[in-house]
Amino acid sequence: MSTATEEKLYEDDVDATADVEPVELVGVLAEYKDVDAIMKAAHGVRNAGFTRWDIHSPFPIHGIDAAMGIKPTILPWLVLGAGLTGCAGGLILQWYCNAFDYQFLTSGKPFWSLPANIPIIFECTVLLSALTAAFGMLALNQLPMHYNPLLKSDRFRRATSDRFFVVIDASDPKFEEADTTALLDRLGAMAIERIED
Amino acid sequence: MTILTGIFTTRFSPDETDNTLDDPKHRAPLVLHDRGFKSITDAVSDIAERSTTLAWKIGFLISLSLLGMLGGCIGYLVTTGVGVWGNNQPASWGFGIVNFVFWVGIGHAGTLISAILFLFRQNWRTGINRFAEAMTIFAVMCAALFPGIHVGRAWLAYWLFPIPNQMTMWPQFRSPLLWDVFAVGTYATVSIVFWYVGLIPDLATLRDRATGKIRQFAYAVFSLGWTGSSRHWHRYERAYLLLAALATPLVLSVHSVVSFDFATSQLPGWHTTIFPPYFVAGAVYGGFAMVLNLAIPARKWFGLKDIITMRHIDNCCKVMLATGLIVGYSYMLEFWTAWYSGDHYERFCFYNRAFGPYTVTFFIMMWCNVIAPQFLWSKTVRSNMLLVFLVALCANTGMWFERFEIIVTSLTRDFLPTNWYKFIPSPIDIMMLIGSFGLFFTLFMLFCRFLPVVAMAEVKTVIPQAHGHVHDPDHPEDSRDTRKSDFQPDEHFRPTEGHAPTLRPD
Repeated sequence: MSTATEEKLYEDDVDATADVEPVELVGVLAEYKDVDAIMKAAHGVRNAGFTRWDIHSPFPIHGIDAAMGIKPTILPWLVLGAGLTGCAGGLILQWYCNAFDYQFLTSGKPFWSLPANIPIIFECTVLLSALTAAFGMLALNQLPMHYNPLLKSDRFRRATSDRFFVVIDASDPKFEEADTTALLDRLGAMAIERIED
Repeated sequence: MTILTGIFTTRFSPDETDNTLDDPKHRAPLVLHDRGFKSITDAVSDIAERSTTLAWKIGFLISLSLLGMLGGCIGYLVTTGVGVWGNNQPASWGFGIVNFVFWVGIGHAGTLISAILFLFRQNWRTGINRFAEAMTIFAVMCAALFPGIHVGRAWLAYWLFPIPNQMTMWPQFRSPLLWDVFAVGTYATVSIVFWYVGLIPDLATLRDRATGKIRQFAYAVFSLGWTGSSRHWHRYERAYLLLAALATPLVLSVHSVVSFDFATSQLPGWHTTIFPPYFVAGAVYGGFAMVLNLAIPARKWFGLKDIITMRHIDNCCKVMLATGLIVGYSYMLEFWTAWYSGDHYERFCFYNRAFGPYTVTFFIMMWCNVIAPQFLWSKTVRSNMLLVFLVALCANTGMWFERFEIIVTSLTRDFLPTNWYKFIPSPIDIMMLIGSFGLFFTLFMLFCRFLPVVAMAEVKTVIPQAHGHVHDPDHPEDSRDTRKSDFQPDEHFRPTEGHAPTLRPD
């Protein structure tokens, strides 16, 4: 969005007589009734060439990744890396503790033999992988994020219950408020709302 | 009394719908009465939102007082010593370890439901996975308590971990007891993480519905600002799949490692290779029994009969039956191997187990774990909530006695009769066993009161309305997955297409 448009919107939104915080348009929110409608909207918005947009739904919709063109996440690779690290860590920990730093002579067994060390290597691998899967997902999703202009909309509260929303970000290169609103309307939106911050 | 009779309604009562029939032409619905997204949200959220009922308060008070008793016993034990238990030489592992193995076992069903059934695409798991996972976490907490105080000097329990200490010594990593520390520690951590990841979207639902400031703030903090973004869901689903794939071998490893505590020793009755699979099967058997003991009252009290349906109960019964048969087979095999080995001590151990001083507990175990599950072959029994509840109660009792049998009979009568001694539990032993149920139920009741007991977001994915039928002519290669979803759309039950579900309302 150009600076000129931004300023214009800014001026439109400020009520000169009231002492309010300056607001800025951050996006347009459109509500859809069901899965078929949101899938249609997803195809429509993607085909119109938008890149900074999202769909919000109460549950993961199957096929929506393909419809929106979401690229596969790198999370599995992070988890693989963490798993290998955990595996090596478990191995080194046991070698250092029992075979190097403080040798235990148990029943005449060798100080270092792999079979007896496998269970802990396995547990360390799983522990580090699982923590990476969970916290890596949150980090890639940029969560926790407790401030979000979307959460100010009362309509949007149903996104975690039974309604489906398209949000097109005002920073998208293709974003023009009137045209974008018209597109969302054409795609069958039940309601359209400006999201301001 | 009406509360009690109401729990055990059978399929012959008017408020139950039988969806247990397997008609190959139609996929049985997992959520009954055409409940939509909003209806599911309302039904589940309402449990956490409604005002505290008297029944909950009474239940919580009872659990809390049992927990208080446990706390008192722990205080007495820590200040006095493990001599307050009935433990002696040779029975150095008494109730402490029996309770530990029992509670760890209970946890296994939760992970089986949440991880293994997820990998096998068993969609019915969505109705029960949340509270089964909660059950896992609380059971593992009860379990972890016992080894912690069994070490005697509980303030030195940190020696279990490879932390540098003033003795400049490290733990002995070749000991199965240390494997246990890592296995149970990892299991507890991964279970909590898995559960919490599953909770995030549902906590966001409660946040968005919250009316009071405190509730809204609390749910907002824990839902981490979740907005249901599809880009987030994409990574979320991948993380969930990875966690399930990691938790699956983990859960199998945990009870295997617990069984190594016994199997790697030289003691007759313990030194056997069958222990890992036998322990895992027993854990799943006992765990599913606990799931049923919790689900049958919960579905009634919380009005969740459309979400935790007869089919869920039926499936749990079948898992119990299958694992119960494995357990029964393992018992028989242990006896056969003891006889076939020709080993004098092994043969004596098993004769002693059945006809020695603990013969009563042996036959309780055989009745509860071998005979009682056989009733579940009958569809009539599986459809009768009272009978299912009683069989599950038997299984829980039986699994506790199984661990008692394994630990106590082998320890009290080993190779030399000069070593023999009896184990008799002290009152503190019994109070701590009861108290551990207090800990479990206190946590479970808090969970039922404040958190979503059913995974709403997951249940919504298995109802017919969740599956779209739109194809994008511009990106045909992308839309191929729209219909062929992992969750197998129940097309025959799409209300919009006018197919009548083949239900048999009784």
